[in-house]
Amino acid sequence: MTVVALRPKAKTMADAAPKNVIDVKDLSLVFQTNDGPVNALSNINLAVNGGEFVSFIGPSGCGKTTLLRVIADLEQPTSGTISVNGMTPSEARQKRGYGYVFQAAALYPWRTIGGNISLPLEVMGVPKAERKERIARNLELVNLSGFEKKFPWQLSGGMQQRASIARALSFDPDLLLMDEPFGALDEIVRDHLNEELLKLWAKTQKTVIFVTHSIPEAVFLSTKIVVMSPRPGRIHEIIDCNLGSERTLDIRETPKFLEIAHRVRDGLRHGHSYDEAHL
Amino acid sequence: MNFIRNSVIPVGTVLIAILALWYVFAVILNAPFERDQAARANTTISTRQLIANTMAQERPVLPAPHQVAAEIRKTVFDISPTSKRSLVYHGWVTLSSTLLGFGLGTLLGILLAIAIVHSRTLDKSLMPWIITSQTVPILAIAPMIIVVLNAVNITGLLPKAMISTYLSFFPVAVGMVKGLRSPEIMHLDLMRTYNASKAQLFWKLRWPASMPYLFTSMKIAVAISLVGAIVGELPTGAVAGIGARLLAGSYYGQTVQIWAALIAAALMAAVLVSLIGLIANMVNRRMGVRP
Repeated sequence: MTVVALRPKAKTMADAAPKNVIDVKDLSLVFQTNDGPVNALSNINLAVNGGEFVSFIGPSGCGKTTLLRVIADLEQPTSGTISVNGMTPSEARQKRGYGYVFQAAALYPWRTIGGNISLPLEVMGVPKAERKERIARNLELVNLSGFEKKFPWQLSGGMQQRASIARALSFDPDLLLMDEPFGALDEIVRDHLNEELLKLWAKTQKTVIFVTHSIPEAVFLSTKIVVMSPRPGRIHEIIDCNLGSERTLDIRETPKFLEIAHRVRDGLRHGHSYDEAHL
Repeated sequence: MNFIRNSVIPVGTVLIAILALWYVFAVILNAPFERDQAARANTTISTRQLIANTMAQERPVLPAPHQVAAEIRKTVFDISPTSKRSLVYHGWVTLSSTLLGFGLGTLLGILLAIAIVHSRTLDKSLMPWIITSQTVPILAIAPMIIVVLNAVNITGLLPKAMISTYLSFFPVAVGMVKGLRSPEIMHLDLMRTYNASKAQLFWKLRWPASMPYLFTSMKIAVAISLVGAIVGELPTGAVAGIGARLLAGSYYGQTVQIWAALIAAALMAAVLVSLIGLIANMVNRRMGVRP
């Protein structure tokens, strides 16, 4: 069992200089179902640089979650190549190269919040004293200090999701994969968590891949928006989106924000249009 | 106050209803004998006398509750527990083989479930046999187990316990297969993203997730273990145990003794099931189950 080495906390900008954290070339994935083959992903090409915040956006069935799961080695591509941190997804997973946040908080109900954050550390063989220290540090990071001894059901949905983010960050992976993490939350909580996530990203300088179906969320958070369209699941357009590092929710009223949101909406409509013709 | 309102009153009401019904049936079922006696003696019997008599017969068809209670008191408190006429002695004989069989059965059930969950081949090959094993009537197979084990010089506690094991492993195996498979896909995926080993997956996810299933199956298992132990005592020639008391009672028409043994067995089962429930509650509290 390998013990995860603590990385130096403060990274210099030189470290974060663009290098391809994720490189996807001509990737396709076909699911064999009882109704015949389904083209979940078709001809995906994508490069994600270190430190970027990339959103996958698209209607359901466009393969955004599937693409995330391929990066996480939870699904196997049918053809094409993909590298994560310069390795195959499987190697990256075995080296614990990423933290994954699911749609639901997926906390283990029989473990306290502290116990849940401890789970990946236990699996990775981190000694107890260091586990304690990391639990405290990551709870603070998501503003949940003092909730360590509570069980998940004693927390609100938003707090549970924050705990699950703390869990994904507890072993300090460079890459954070998030699958519609705030999709089940109400809009007020979602806005609040979006702001917090942005701060967290600025503080930790991690590469984040974020699946969503909310246009404002994608525009607000991302440096790059990947617009996807369904049947077959493919990338329709990649939109650069850099609204500067000091963002607050107010930015959503600015012309620049609205312009990018408009482009995303346009892209989604185009990717979808021929589809509606035969629905 | 809550305890009285939520537990004592409803349980007490049902108990009183059962006792009342029991008395009614005792009178109805025992009355023909009294009428017969009166007819033979060429006397008439008043209804009041008839009812009083039906509750004080030596060998009633259905003994009245207070007769059974008196018999239990006599055989539990008045007779030394070492005596072969003591219900405590017989109860302990049955209880010890129940607990041994239940322990072995639970262990066997858990081990089978673990094997089945981890191997597709075993899932396909073992499960039908496990189900088939329970379609064989236990009354038919119990004497065979006792006789076969006797032939290889295994006597005493173990053969009887084997019958309890035979019955009790089944609910545990079936319950635990379900329990070990109960984790959500998201929880399993999470462990995969951590690159957890099979052992870690088991101890950190499957095992804790299966706890509610384990205790539910153990409650069923302990009750049928008791039945198994009693059935196991029948073919051993009625030497000792609740089963022996039942058999001896029926040989000699001692219906009061039979009912006393039956009630004792029911009380034992109730206590055993409640004990498992108590342990389950303790584990639940530790595992943070919402009260």
